[in-house]
Amino acid sequence: MICSKVLVPSGVLGLGFDIEALKNGLNRKPDIISIDGGSTDSGPYSLGSGTSKYSRSAIKSEWKILMKAREEAKIPLLIGSSGTCGTDEMVDWMEDITIELAEEMGQSIKITKLYCEQNKEFIKTSFKKQKISSLDPSPKLDADIIHDMSHIVALAGAEQIQECIKTGADIILAGRTTDTAIISALPLMKGADPGGSWHGAKIAECGALCSNNPTSGVVLVEFDKSGFTVEAMASNASCTPESVAAHMLYENADPFILYEPGGYMDVTNANYRLEKNGKVRVDGANWLKSGTYNVKLEGAKITGYQTSLLVLLRDQNYVENAKTWVSKLSNFLKKQIKEKMELDTPLYSLEFRLIGVNGTLGELETKVSEPTEVGVLCIITSKKTSISNEIAKLINPFLLHYPLTDNEELPTFAFPYSPVHSDRGCVYEFVLNHTLELNHPMEAFRIKISEV
Amino acid sequence: MSTLGKKVSRIRSKNAGPFWITIDIFCGSIDVYKDICLNLHNQKVADLLKVKGQDLKRFEIEKLNVIKFSFPRKIPQGHVLDRDMHGAQMAVLLSEMDF
Repeated sequence: MICSKVLVPSGVLGLGFDIEALKNGLNRKPDIISIDGGSTDSGPYSLGSGTSKYSRSAIKSEWKILMKAREEAKIPLLIGSSGTCGTDEMVDWMEDITIELAEEMGQSIKITKLYCEQNKEFIKTSFKKQKISSLDPSPKLDADIIHDMSHIVALAGAEQIQECIKTGADIILAGRTTDTAIISALPLMKGADPGGSWHGAKIAECGALCSNNPTSGVVLVEFDKSGFTVEAMASNASCTPESVAAHMLYENADPFILYEPGGYMDVTNANYRLEKNGKVRVDGANWLKSGTYNVKLEGAKITGYQTSLLVLLRDQNYVENAKTWVSKLSNFLKKQIKEKMELDTPLYSLEFRLIGVNGTLGELETKVSEPTEVGVLCIITSKKTSISNEIAKLINPFLLHYPLTDNEELPTFAFPYSPVHSDRGCVYEFVLNHTLELNHPMEAFRIKISEV
Repeated sequence: MSTLGKKVSRIRSKNAGPFWITIDIFCGSIDVYKDICLNLHNQKVADLLKVKGQDLKRFEIEKLNVIKFSFPRKIPQGHVLDRDMHGAQMAVLLSEMDF
C-alpha cells in the first residue's frame, strides 16, 4: 500500500522543468509537491552575502507555475533551502515573491516559514559546551571565527519539515534544509519505511537526474512500507535500475552512506529492479538512528575584496615563455607595491593564472602543449576594495608593457576591454564543516505562519 | 599506451559538498571493471591528484561496474585559491592518464 506520493518538479527551482511532465505528475494525484531551492554547490558567495544565485524573475516565473499547480491539486507546495543559501532573509524574499504571485493570481493561501539561520551567540555557547563537532576535513574553529561569519545556517531535517506540514500550510517556505528532508518528511510521517523514505528522497533530490533525460525535471516517488518506486514524468524520459542506482554516486563522497539529522541511511543492501510502465522499484535501504540529534552547520565569512585584470599574450615568444614572464613580472610587481604603496605581501595577495597553459588544474596539470595564445588572469585580494583597486591600477602599465629581457623593444600586449580592472567586490569562504547537537529538533529552528 | 578514458565508458568528477571531490569511473562492462579494479592502483591515482594515499577513499561497486574515488579538497570550494569550484574538470586527469 502506498503511504504517500511526492512530486518533485526539478532538482532546483530556477533550472526549469517540462510543463507536460508536470501535468502528467499532477494527474497521478500526488500528496505534496516538493522542490529544492538551493545548495552550497555554487560556492560560498551566496551564503556569505545572503543572496540568491538565481534571478528573481526565473524564480518567480517557475514558482508561479507551481503555485497554480498547487491551487488546482489542493496539496501542499514545499520549497527547501529558499534563495540558494536558505538564510532568514531569503525565506522572506521567497515569501515576497509568493505574496506577489498570490495577489496577481487571486489566491488565498496559508504560508508557513521555517527559519534556519543561527544566532552567533547561540553558536558560541554551543561551541563552548562542546555541542559542536567537526567533520572530516576539519577547518579550524574558534570564537573569533564564529564572530567573523556573515551567515550561519543549520540544515533542517525531516522533523522540522514535519512541524511545518502539521501547521496545515498551503505553501511551506523553508530556509536551509538537507536536499532529501523536503522529500522524506511526508512519507516518514505517513508510516513509510524509514530506509526507503530517505533513499527515495536521495534518488529524487535532483529531479530527473536519476533518469535518462535529466533536463525534463519531473519525477514522482511513491513510498510504501517496504521501499519506494520512482518514475520520470516526461514522455521522453525513463528511469532504469542503472540510472537510479547511479544517482547514489552523484555528489556523494560515500556512495552507500548518507548522514541526515538524527541518523544515517545505508544503501549497501539496496535492490533496484525495473517494473512495468518504466517504473523502478527499490528496497533494502536501512535507516540507523543516532543516539544524539545532530544537524549540519554551514557558515561563510569574508575573505577580502577582490579586483581582477586580464591580459592576453599572442606574441609567440611570450606565449612560449609565459611562465617565466609571469614569475619575473610577479617579483617586480611585489617590489613596486612595497615601494609605492608601502604594502607587504601578507596584506594582499597577487595571483596569476595562465589560461591556456594550466588555468584550470594549476600544479595538477599533466599535459604540455603549445597554445596559440595565453590569457593571464591576475587576481588581487586584500582587506579593502580601495587597496585592491589601487594595486590593480599600479600594476596595469606593467601588465601591458613588461619585457621578458632588458634589451628588447618595449612590448605591448592585448587588454581585452576598458577599464582593464574588474572590481569583484567582497569574496567569501566556507569556514564550517561541523555538526551541532540539539536537545530537541526545533531548538535551533523557528516557525512563522502568515495568511494572504 | 592507451589512456584510461579510452578504456572506460565515462569518467566524471564533482564536488561533494564544499570540502570533498568525488570521481566516478563508469567501466561499461564487467570485464573492464575487473581489469581496472585489479590494475588501477590507489598510489598512482593519489600521485596524479597530489593527495596523500591515506586521504584517498576507494569504492568498488560491481553492481554498476563503477570505481569511485573521493578525497578532501586541499583548497575548499570557492576559496581565493580555488581554480575549479565544482571540481568537474579534474576527471580529465584520470581520463588522460596512461593505462
